[in-house]
This record gives sequence, C-alpha cells and structure tokens, in this order.
Amino acid sequence: MKAKIIVMPKAAVLDPQGNAVRDAMRHLGMPEVRSVRIGKYMEIDVDGKNGDLEARLHRLCRDLLSNPVIEDYELQKAGSGTQEEKKTKRKSH
Amino acid sequence: MIITLNSELLAVRSTMKFAVIQFPGSNCDQDCLAAVNGLEGLQAEYVWHKETSLDDFDAIVLPGGFAYGDYLRCGSIARFSPIMQAVISDARAGKLVLGTCNGFQILCEAGLLPGALVRNRSLRFVCEMVTTRVEVDDSPFTRGCPKGTLLRLPVAHGEGCFFAEGEALRELNDNRQVILRYADNRGRIVPEANPNGSIENIAGICNRERNVFGLMPHPDRASDARLGSADGAKIFRSMMQTIRAQRRVTTASEPVKQVA
Repeated sequence: MKAKIIVMPKAAVLDPQGNAVRDAMRHLGMPEVRSVRIGKYMEIDVDGKNGDLEARLHRLCRDLLSNPVIEDYELQKAGSGTQEEKKTKRKSH
Repeated sequence: MIITLNSELLAVRSTMKFAVIQFPGSNCDQDCLAAVNGLEGLQAEYVWHKETSLDDFDAIVLPGGFAYGDYLRCGSIARFSPIMQAVISDARAGKLVLGTCNGFQILCEAGLLPGALVRNRSLRFVCEMVTTRVEVDDSPFTRGCPKGTLLRLPVAHGEGCFFAEGEALRELNDNRQVILRYADNRGRIVPEANPNGSIENIAGICNRERNVFGLMPHPDRASDARLGSADGAKIFRSMMQTIRAQRRVTTASEPVKQVA
C-alpha cells in the first residue's frame, strides 16, 4: 500500500514561511495572491494493505508525523494496482 | 532526636546528582554539565539516550541542541528515545525536570508540557542575550528570585516561538504556569523584547504540577560571570534548594513513621 500524508499548520498557527512566500509572489507580479500556507508532504510505502494497517498509520500520523497542537493531517491511501483512492482528513482539537 | 538530626544533616550535605541526557545531536550537554558541576553540592553525569533508568538521579536536564537533526519537527523523534520513558515516569512521580532550548521542544513533543514551539516569526535563527522576567517566584526553579526579577540569559534558536491555543493558554495563565517572559531591560513585557514571536512573550513554562520546566533561553550558558551573566545559575541553585527541602521533609518524617 502507498500512502500520501499531508501535514498542514492549523489556521490559528502563524505561518511566517507562507507569509514570506505570499509576499514574494505579490512582488513578482501576482497581487491576486491572498494567502499561502506551507505544510509537509510525505509518501509512504507500506507492505500489505490489510488488517489494522490504516488504523496504525493514523496513530503514527497523530503521534509522530504531525503534532496535533499545531498541525492537521490528511492521509490519502492508494491501494496498489487499483484506482481506488481514499482520503481521510483529521482535524485535531 | 539526635538520630533524626544526624540523618537530616547527612541528607543536606550529601551531593545531589543531576542527569544530563545526551541525544544524538545534543550540543549543550557539556554546557549543562559544567553549569551544574559549577555549583557546590551538585554533581552532573551524562546519560545516553539509549539508557532506560534514571533511578540514581535527583533531577533531570534535557540540554539544547538539534536532537536527531531536528528532522520532521524539533524534538519529535527524540521524544521516542528509550530514556524518555524514564523521563516521563520520573516526571509523573514528581522528580524535577529541566528542559532548555531543544530540551524544551522535546518536553512539549512528549506531552510533559503544553503547547508547541514553532518557527521564529522573523524566520531567522536568533542568537543573542535577552532579558527575561520572573513571573512566578514559588516554583521549584525560581526560589530566591522574587517576582519581577530580571534574568539575563542567551537564546540561540530557529524554532522558539511558543504557541498555545485559547484554552491551553488560558490554563497556563490561570494556573500560574508561565515562569518567564521576555522583557526589556526595565522589565516591561513589550513586543520589541520578544526575540521569536512567542505568544504573550512567553519564554518558559512549567507543568501544572510545577516539577517540569522548559525554557528557550540557556541558563547553562549563563552560569558564570565570565560568560557575561551568572543569572542562569540561579535556576540550577533553586532546583538544588528545592530537592534539599524535600529531603529534609522526608528524613524528618521517617522516625515519625516508624513510631506510628
């Protein structure tokens, strides 16, 4: 199974990197840019795809790959060889 | 009675042992060791992060640095080092734990302290001497520092902007867990004195039980006048006094327990 994980800073968390990029984009001729948020994207290759694999992946997304105090994550699961793709978005409080 | 007094004296005189945890990428472990060893009655020892027990120690110090290269997030991998199980269980049992800089980040990632440390608002690595104001004088880490005392301490970090959301921030204030705030040299909490954009100028916080303290500044690098400030030593000395007072209570209560 291949999984794609996107980790984004929460709305309440200041993203100075995103703001700097937004300002640069405006400066380079795109005044329409309203905001830029910068997160992380991870591709994970896992053996197998059955059982509690997904639940365990979610647990690690919460405990290691993201910090629920400042970030939300989205787990996109792609079954190998099929077109099936599933998205699970987790917002933590 | 004489026996009680002797054991009390013994407890007071005997050296206290501080553990300085070494993670791969720690770089202030030597500073912490020197700062602790510079105080009479204290003795520091390195403990490699693969160890699993801290039973021999009276207090724990998580030093600054870039544990695991700060990969993923600062402290996010270090919090799963084997020694952290012992740090967490000893912290829950009431042992004093101090985390400076990267150590503070690790304590937050481990959930021993609330909130998180994110990229400096300026996007720049800050490396300078700052002034912090003591907000709470009855913590185990600020004995002998009346409220309002200014401590001159150096900072050196890229991700030291403290963040906590509404409810968590309110709790920190309500429970008087904010121990240090960045201040100007007249003690005013102003934006200009904030080196990293931390919410409400927060420089250091403790847990609700008050035995775990994390701060971005480096008391270890300000523990001798020759370093430009000796204010950091006050924090280590306060920890020593706290442990000494706890020991006095323990030894004094022992004979009573035997009678009962």
